[in-house]
Amino acid sequence: MLRERTAVGLAIAAGALLVYNLYQMFMVLPDEALQGAIYRILFFHVPAGIVGMIGYFVALTFSLLYLSSGNLRWDSLSASIVEVSLVFSLVNIVTGSIWARNQWGIWWTWDYRLTSALVCILIFAGYLMMRRAIEEPIQRARLSSALCIFGCVDVVIVWKSIEWFRNNHPGPVLSIRTGGGTMDPAMERILWLNFLAILLIGISLVLVRTRQETMAREIDSLRRFANAV
Amino acid sequence: MDARNFTFLFYGFLAAWLIVILYVISLARRGARLKKELEDVKQLVSSNQAGHTAPVEDRVR
Repeated sequence: MLRERTAVGLAIAAGALLVYNLYQMFMVLPDEALQGAIYRILFFHVPAGIVGMIGYFVALTFSLLYLSSGNLRWDSLSASIVEVSLVFSLVNIVTGSIWARNQWGIWWTWDYRLTSALVCILIFAGYLMMRRAIEEPIQRARLSSALCIFGCVDVVIVWKSIEWFRNNHPGPVLSIRTGGGTMDPAMERILWLNFLAILLIGISLVLVRTRQETMAREIDSLRRFANAV
Repeated sequence: MDARNFTFLFYGFLAAWLIVILYVISLARRGARLKKELEDVKQLVSSNQAGHTAPVEDRVR
């Protein structure tokens, strides 16, 4: 019950923050000099990507906790976070593709950033598909943890690819990576506020999803009990 | 605002929210299904403990 209330509270806070951010994006901030209005897509593209990547690393932490303790609760938490992170990775890649169509004239190109991001989505989609295919909980948790570790190696490549390789994708612009001077501070402020809003939505979704995982475990144990009686 | 850019901006925002909303709908449907399943299994276990002898697997699955 507390978890449900927290999820609703976080969603309401995220909604309020999003309303403020949208007002700032459309009514306060000017168009970008070279891109025009389309640059506003980055207020969702970048935060969704960051929330997705953070999520994969939090899931990795819980996977490692599962491997060290054998407690299936960590595995459930990891799976819930991966699922929600995948949604934000999809938002990231789709919005990026729409931006690219407008700015580059193409929907997709096989550059390092885009390709590694796509591989990341495929790995974690495979993770979720694999979980559905394995019924035995311990085997499922072990294989999922291994795949999560493997997937997070790709997440590092996604993050660093714009520094390591020459890409079509723009280089780093956020001041945490460049030290500042590449993005207008007023625009970056709204980008981080939108990151916060998307993060709150993500946490709220994870809370709902973990509740479902708990219910699924309960159903599973009751079935085993019923079969044993 | 540049009208062509604005169209793509609209597509971008629409796509982003559509993905999130579809996920929320799937989450809600899954939640309702799990809740019903849990109630059914609980009912079955309690009736089974009360001494019913019908094959458990047939009814649980």
